[in-house]
Amino acid sequence: MKILVCISNVPDTTTKIKLNGEKTAIDLAGVQWIINPWDELALTRALELKEASAGKITKISVISVGSQGAEPTIRKALAIGADDAIRINTEPKDAYFAAFQVAEAVKTEAYDIILCGIESSDYNGSAFGGMLAEFMDLPSVSSVSSFELTGDVVKVNREIPGGYEVVEPQLPFVAVVQKGIAKEPRIPSMRGIMMARQKPLKVVEAIMADALTGFVAFEPPQPKAACKMVDPANVAELVDLLHKEAKII
Amino acid sequence: MSVLIYTENFDGKFKKSTFETVSYGAEIARQMGTTAIALSMGNVADDDLKTLGNYGASKVLHFNDARFANLDNSAFATAIAQAVEKEGANVVIMSGSNIAKAVAPRVSVKLKAGLVFAVSGLPKKLSPFTVPKKVFHGKAFADVVFNSAIKILSIAQNSFGVKEHLQNAAIEAFDAKVDDSAFKTKVTSVEKSTGKIILTDAEVIVSGGRGMKSPENWKPLEELAGILGAATACSRPVSDEGWRPHSEHVGQTGKIIAPNLYIACGISGAIQHLAGVSSSKVIVAINSDKEAPIFSAADYGIIGDAQKILPELITAFRKFKSEN
Repeated sequence: MKILVCISNVPDTTTKIKLNGEKTAIDLAGVQWIINPWDELALTRALELKEASAGKITKISVISVGSQGAEPTIRKALAIGADDAIRINTEPKDAYFAAFQVAEAVKTEAYDIILCGIESSDYNGSAFGGMLAEFMDLPSVSSVSSFELTGDVVKVNREIPGGYEVVEPQLPFVAVVQKGIAKEPRIPSMRGIMMARQKPLKVVEAIMADALTGFVAFEPPQPKAACKMVDPANVAELVDLLHKEAKII
Repeated sequence: MSVLIYTENFDGKFKKSTFETVSYGAEIARQMGTTAIALSMGNVADDDLKTLGNYGASKVLHFNDARFANLDNSAFATAIAQAVEKEGANVVIMSGSNIAKAVAPRVSVKLKAGLVFAVSGLPKKLSPFTVPKKVFHGKAFADVVFNSAIKILSIAQNSFGVKEHLQNAAIEAFDAKVDDSAFKTKVTSVEKSTGKIILTDAEVIVSGGRGMKSPENWKPLEELAGILGAATACSRPVSDEGWRPHSEHVGQTGKIIAPNLYIACGISGAIQHLAGVSSSKVIVAINSDKEAPIFSAADYGIIGDAQKILPELITAFRKFKSEN
């Protein structure tokens, strides 16, 4: 069995967001780049499955759409434990474009399980995994918070309001995963970092394709009024303010 | 030309988020000078379907097929795409729920329709079709332009609100052609707590962080939530420690929430936490550290130990509830 994990290169989640002078883009100077948090959890779970599979899972690949600047993030995925990597050498214009590129790049590879994070922490799209499944004509399950493999049978928990459903998909399939799929993201070991340099990272050129959406302008959020402090000796005042001033209770 | 609104039901009933989605779609239809058509799939009573007219839907397509009792992303997307084609819809509206995240991307590829998630308001322009959306979980907003004939919008919860606009919605049976072979996922069991307020539906949320000090200390927090009819939530360290389930984690990598009132107890307010709660209408912060970043995001603050403040808040809210 082979697993593919799709990863996105995103600004660190603690980044303070600044805009460029024309407000047509985010100012990315000095930004630290990371593996999109949900993708990192997906990779962690894939590695756990491989280790528990007694050799049945033979390979974990990662794939990312991005220019050369994304390579440190891809190398980090290799250092965490992926066996090989593919980088599609283009900027991911939108999810439709990126999913099309990945579908084309892996269509002859016969992955049994494809894992994607449910959202990207930068532009907050939640489209990539579902689009990839549709381009590849594979079943997909989204909001996956637990993933078990027994023999050839996959069982996942899909979160629903107030609980979860256990879903059994036909393989191959795409799982779009969220919090809970792995306890904590794995950190690369020193040995992993050394080995990552030797692992194959294949660069493929993009295919001509359309993007269906594009960013044209950005703006910062509205500034927030100062916090009104309530005397801890008189918390009833808070109830009064919520009732009379904020009018929400 | 028309606007098609996909309306989710939960065991046959609509929720506020469904009505918000219809309200939003109906307003776009008015701006475009066209009609708003709701699509409902599954077993929903006619009386319930009719209520979609209260929010501006002039027609309800009802696709009632027993095979659609459980979500299968591919089968659902096939049916929705057929409805879009049948009605010649050029704008499709969905909620921001997990179902939209599961299904909308597949519809997008089927129809070669641009798709934007986390839409935060009405279109800025109809030509070229441009919508505002949240990026970086509300740390910034962006305008996105569509380059496709059909546009799919998934709206951020509580970004528009429920708006009544009475229409007498005609109910029309709709029969999508979906082969049995399209269903490639099977639901084998369901675990669901009943009677609990669902975090993403809640109007009020009481949340605890590391400042709560131990899982046993959640009792007063749960009591306060009970008085306010609130859901309980927690910060990431709390769910990582296993004090509370992952499903309660709010923040950037957990749930993104938008209640009317968010009460944060012993939460310092890391930037990732604020990203998940900043869409709340009113934020109350209780923290012993007056420098805690949560106070920069809060509307009202109390400096003090949540363990001491919570019992007093319980008394104060209980008194208020008995008088109002």
